[in-house]
Amino acid sequence: MEKKKSRQRLIIEVLGILFGLLWLSPFYLMIVNAFKTKLEIFQNTLKVPTEWTFDNFTQAFEELAFLQTFMNSLLMSVASIVIILFFSAMAAYALSRNGSKLSGAIFFLFVAAMLIPFQSVMIPLVALFGKADALNFYGLIFMYLGFGCSLSIFLYHGALKGISKSLDEAATIDGCNRFQVFWYIILPMLKPISITVAILNIIWIWNDYLLPSLVISGAGTDTIPLKLFLFFGQYTKQWHLALAGLTISIIPVIIAYLFAQKQIIKGVSDGAVK
Amino acid sequence: MRNKDLSFWLFLAPVLFALGTVVLIPLLYGIYYSFTDWNGVSYTQFLGLDNYVTLLKDEGFRDALWFTVKFSVASVIVINILGLALAMLVTSKIKSRNLLRTVFFMPNLIGGLILGFIWQFIFTKVFDSIGRATGIEWMQGWLSDSATGFWGMVILMSWQMAGYIMVIYIAYLENVPGDLLEAAEIDGANPWQKFRNITFPLVMPAFTVSMFLTLSGAFKIYDQNLSLTNGGPFNSTKMVAMDIVDTAFKFNMMATAQAKAVIFFIIVAIISLTQVYINKKREVEM
Repeated sequence: MEKKKSRQRLIIEVLGILFGLLWLSPFYLMIVNAFKTKLEIFQNTLKVPTEWTFDNFTQAFEELAFLQTFMNSLLMSVASIVIILFFSAMAAYALSRNGSKLSGAIFFLFVAAMLIPFQSVMIPLVALFGKADALNFYGLIFMYLGFGCSLSIFLYHGALKGISKSLDEAATIDGCNRFQVFWYIILPMLKPISITVAILNIIWIWNDYLLPSLVISGAGTDTIPLKLFLFFGQYTKQWHLALAGLTISIIPVIIAYLFAQKQIIKGVSDGAVK
Repeated sequence: MRNKDLSFWLFLAPVLFALGTVVLIPLLYGIYYSFTDWNGVSYTQFLGLDNYVTLLKDEGFRDALWFTVKFSVASVIVINILGLALAMLVTSKIKSRNLLRTVFFMPNLIGGLILGFIWQFIFTKVFDSIGRATGIEWMQGWLSDSATGFWGMVILMSWQMAGYIMVIYIAYLENVPGDLLEAAEIDGANPWQKFRNITFPLVMPAFTVSMFLTLSGAFKIYDQNLSLTNGGPFNSTKMVAMDIVDTAFKFNMMATAQAKAVIFFIIVAIISLTQVYINKKREVEM
């Protein structure tokens, strides 16, 4: 019985690993072919290159202006996340400490807004912000606040239910005003949920293509997806360059994932199940 | 904090302003514009339902809608079966379970645009070279017709989302009491019976959550569609989201695009509300 079981486990183990390798194979194919010459990709796509070349990477790196593009992505994502976290936590705090019907209705409004898909508001949004001369980097960050705040408020609101109001009262008696209570007492206690909210938002904002393509395209602040799309259009029949560009673009995400995978998987799981 | 407190409103002001100007006002304007001949800047007359009547006859839109529905159904089925299988694999007692969890979740973090480009290479170059080397016909000419475009999209979407759905199933699977499974085993239940009678009923709620997450995710897909097939060949793999974007920003037919966007909104809202309704109902039952 035991023997049969351990053999069964071994079979599952081997099948699991094989399936894991199959799962990784698109990355393998991307990377090995990025090291090949144009001619070699034509003859052989599966095997490792006979001669490894870095030229594709240098050219892709230059044409993507990768350092600049990466910084644009980073700046945009970080600014958006900081603003979303701060204002959503503040709003969720106000809503959770007010038991009135109006407060409930506002909370419901935010939750209901989660049902609205981007494409159904996109055209008037671009028209409206175009009129206000706000189709730029700052306008984009503001839009991310608008699209990101609903889920964030929802998650913060859930966490705030577990923080006792007596803390607020004690701090108020000690002479804190509302904002000080929020900043010094509440916000630090929201750290775990803040990590979840930040992860959920950054995955989406970092990878977003459509909204930036409508708002900041060609303004000199192109993010990685925007630049990559242009680059790809230019080299669509030159896979050696295109694949090198894709590889470079993925590296920062993979590094971040390997460092923070526990938090990322936990954050995604918490965000989905709640 | 009471309603008349200034601080209450100050705390809410930034997000209310953002949600209002970014989501709510555009939504209301959009619904209104869909009844006019709006061109993106101004409109000259109120058309009533004319734009919607035109859509009924719009074959491109109907095809896109039908393709999206087929794609969503296929994706939901494949992703959920795959996601559950992966979750059971990485919650079993094998040694590589943590590593595999990391691997299976990885594609989910990378943008749909990038993933679509990678798979475009695999389908058009790698598949083709394997097909030619081995003489397997079905591996050749991927993405050059509607059927391979369709399955290409399903494969791409499944690869991206199965790890995400796996994570959700894991959350529920870890709540399945171990002593219950042990008791069943002592009573002589085989693995299939344990799965069928204990694990499966306990992860049913995860199934609802996952099904709707994948359904609305698949329905709203744009980036992957753009980078894998760009709607081609001959618009046969164009989905609704892409059809709306193209109608508006390629062909400049703003009012028509907006009418499509309103229909899109209604469909997505119905999907989401059904989920809310089912969840509420189950909470009452439990």
